[in-house]
Amino acid sequence: MKKLKFLPLLLIALVVIACNNDDDNTPDIVNEEELITSVVVTLVNGPDTVVLSSRDLDGDGPNDPEVTVSGNLQNNVSYDGSVQFLNETESPVDNITLEVIEEADEHQVFFIPGSGLIVTPEYVDTDADGNPLGTQFTLATGDASDGTFNITLRHEPTKPNDGSLSDAGGETDISVTFDLTVE
Amino acid sequence: MVLTLAQALAQNCDFTLQGSVVDLHDDSHLDGATIILAGLETSVITDFDGNFEFTGLCEGTYNLQISHPACSTKAFTVTVVSNTVKTFKLEHHLEELNEILIKGSNYYTKAESVLENKITQNTLEDYSSGSLGDVLKTISGVSSLSTGNTVVKPVINGMHSSRITIINNGVRQQDQEWGAEHAPNIDLNTASSITVIKGASALQFSGDALGGVVIAEPAPVILKDSLYGKTIISGQTNGRGGSLTTSLTKSYENGWFGRFQGTLKRYGDFDAPSYVLSNTGLSEQDLSIQVGFNGIDYGFDAYYSLFKNEIGILRASHLGGAEDQVTAIESDVPLIINDFTYSIGAPRQEVTHHLGKVSGFYNLENIGKLKFNYDFQQNNRFEFDVRRDSDDVRPSVDLELVTHNLSLSLESDISEQITVKTGLTGNYQKNFADPSTGVRRLIPDYEQYKFGVYGISDMKISDKFILEFGARFDYTFMDVFKFYRSSFWESRGYDTLFPEIVVEDFGNQILTNPELSFNNVSGTVGFSYKFKDNFVLFGNYSLASRAPNASELFSEGLHHSASRIELGDLRFKAEVAQKTTFTLQKTGERFSFSINPYATFIKEFILIEPTGIQQTVRGNFQVWEYRQTNARLLGIDTDASYEFTPNLTFTNKFSLVKGKDNVTNRPLINMPPARVSNSLNYLLSLKQPVNLGIESSYVLRQNEFPNDNFDVFLPETQSFETVDVSTPPDAYHLLHLNAGTTFKLKNINTLAVNLKVTNLMNTSYRDYLNRLRYYADDLGRSILLQLKINY
Repeated sequence: MKKLKFLPLLLIALVVIACNNDDDNTPDIVNEEELITSVVVTLVNGPDTVVLSSRDLDGDGPNDPEVTVSGNLQNNVSYDGSVQFLNETESPVDNITLEVIEEADEHQVFFIPGSGLIVTPEYVDTDADGNPLGTQFTLATGDASDGTFNITLRHEPTKPNDGSLSDAGGETDISVTFDLTVE
Repeated sequence: MVLTLAQALAQNCDFTLQGSVVDLHDDSHLDGATIILAGLETSVITDFDGNFEFTGLCEGTYNLQISHPACSTKAFTVTVVSNTVKTFKLEHHLEELNEILIKGSNYYTKAESVLENKITQNTLEDYSSGSLGDVLKTISGVSSLSTGNTVVKPVINGMHSSRITIINNGVRQQDQEWGAEHAPNIDLNTASSITVIKGASALQFSGDALGGVVIAEPAPVILKDSLYGKTIISGQTNGRGGSLTTSLTKSYENGWFGRFQGTLKRYGDFDAPSYVLSNTGLSEQDLSIQVGFNGIDYGFDAYYSLFKNEIGILRASHLGGAEDQVTAIESDVPLIINDFTYSIGAPRQEVTHHLGKVSGFYNLENIGKLKFNYDFQQNNRFEFDVRRDSDDVRPSVDLELVTHNLSLSLESDISEQITVKTGLTGNYQKNFADPSTGVRRLIPDYEQYKFGVYGISDMKISDKFILEFGARFDYTFMDVFKFYRSSFWESRGYDTLFPEIVVEDFGNQILTNPELSFNNVSGTVGFSYKFKDNFVLFGNYSLASRAPNASELFSEGLHHSASRIELGDLRFKAEVAQKTTFTLQKTGERFSFSINPYATFIKEFILIEPTGIQQTVRGNFQVWEYRQTNARLLGIDTDASYEFTPNLTFTNKFSLVKGKDNVTNRPLINMPPARVSNSLNYLLSLKQPVNLGIESSYVLRQNEFPNDNFDVFLPETQSFETVDVSTPPDAYHLLHLNAGTTFKLKNINTLAVNLKVTNLMNTSYRDYLNRLRYYADDLGRSILLQLKINY
């Protein structure tokens, strides 16, 4: 019978443990740090500025990204382009472009005009090995045309590559497509 | 008397009977066995090698009674017409010992109306270097849902995860079993036998095991002053690694015992037939300690085990969105193949599972056996993903699940014919998701209280006919704190359905406090009937009811390791399943078989399936949504064996299951394809006997699957491409070989050497239920050498 003594002892121990949920505190909010909500592409040719943006403030939530193009491009000119990646759910806004530049050898931005659109993108900036990065680029327009313009950011692509996504491999961090018109 | 003597004198009376006494299970020689020759009232005791001899026997038929401290006493009849040599097999006295002395099957009451499938110690030792999921596949009707070759979850009759209850050392395992890539955190080397009960009829453990119950039991302790143990060392070519497991038990005749057991495993990258599966290494360290006392009327034990592993997940399986998936699926080889390495990078899992328990029993005179169990479990899971910033070493998933469980049961023999077991269980569980990951929680913080009460009874109508029935009630209360994305909250209409649970609005996220309760009733009724000496017919009906788990209710967002968005549903109701199963079993001298058809109908069956794509600035992601439907599963499992000669045995196993969604009239996703396995075992009677085996395992193609493929736009080719996430891989056939022999060392020590070749033909194949089948082939050939020392 003596051996049964441990029973009530353990029962008491369990009750103490079970009732020990002192934390009525609510959990802390997590703002997705890996998230990129927005891509902003600024094209400048003298006084003429065209801004392309894709914003998806709910990240992988049910809302689709809001894609805007501020205006048409002029024909047969060259625009200076810059690409910005932002996480706008954080305050202040997290500028992820800086991270991409810092780890330039692990990233590359690709510019893919659709078949109808007559434009020629060229890389301006490079990583430490002299391979293209693409946060800065130029876009030379041809005659009037329209079509899609895709911007893809790859993580850990093969570098150098022939400029195609299939040769670059890696993982897609960003893929946004804009409808552009050259007038 | 004179007459008998005269008769005897008339005969030739100088024959000898030489015998050896061995253990039925492992043929080990039993020393110290007493052999009584009935009628002559003489007895002898076996020597160290289990041998004995009677001399001066007359021609005639003799009755022998053989007894051994660790075995049940058995009678044999021997006809002596010349000098006779014979081997006698005794069965270890486990069943009865368990009742009084040891832990073993003491953990549960045997199921009477369903066939219990048992994996023996020998098979477990063969799989010493593998995982629980691997060894369970040796049972017909059990397959696996895997992520690569190291994360292996059991699937019983088509069902897995929360629908399977795993009992480890008498304790229900609580290790986040909801996730498809969460394998059971159990070292199979802690078990000396594993029993699988298909279906929910084992109500003493749970009422929600729609798939079945897996019971892992440690080796029984023999009640004598002894120190014994074993060590198994394995090394294999594929993965270029191995495992070491050892256990040591000290027992005393007065009932006290202690045991230590530990396992180490280490593998580097595994190989498919034609390439390295990069980042698939494994590192595991486990240990367990047990001390206890076994008396006749009372006993208790304390147990602690630690399971810790680190598992690499195929690097090529980590992808961006659906565009990457098109490329990965269309490629014949993984998109990332590096040189072999032992190091494990991202993506990977790190899991630690602590289990501590105290249990005891007390025999109350005229009332029954009272059992008590308290256990504590802590499960920590880290999942590391490939992060954008490679210097960021934080995990993406950091969960800590703590469970306290208390149970009491009383087992009584109401009469010679009727036994009743009743019990109560109380359970408190807390999940904590660490916010410092910087990744939204996959599973929210929650506290869960469970209370269960059950009663089961066996009724022996006759020696041949046993009835079994039981009922169970479970109450579950979940107190959850969950952050929803505002956009999801509104798109699901939760803002109008559940406005009262909102705690705080953070703009783009809403903190909610869902409080859910579920009342689940389950029951079972069945029989077993013995006829024609060696036939048994089992029949069982069970009603099981399962509350939805945290993943099914609360998933909401990108599951990085699967590169898909997974959505649960707060409105889910409990699943209710009805299963009817029959088994006809014949245990013959040479031919044995069992045939086990079953039908399961499930209301509100919860499944996850691709439903479309979601656009984000990161590209398109496939969306997998949980939904409830009514489902039907029909299946059959068969086993057969035939002994051509005592040295040559053939075995066959077959299983088939068909799942259908009765609402959409489509096949259910992820149903295991039919499989058949045939094996031949031959005992080569050399001076040193060698056991040779060949096994053929054929897995058919799953032809019944829902087509959930979807299209994505590829900007580079300006075209829409189909993402084929549905089409099952082709059928495959694998051959395995093994050879083994056991050397007797001094006294009772033995050394067993086994050589095994798996996937002998180095066949390239992919399995429908392997989540990495889109990206890479399964394992190629492996040669495994195992040394097993008993001492």
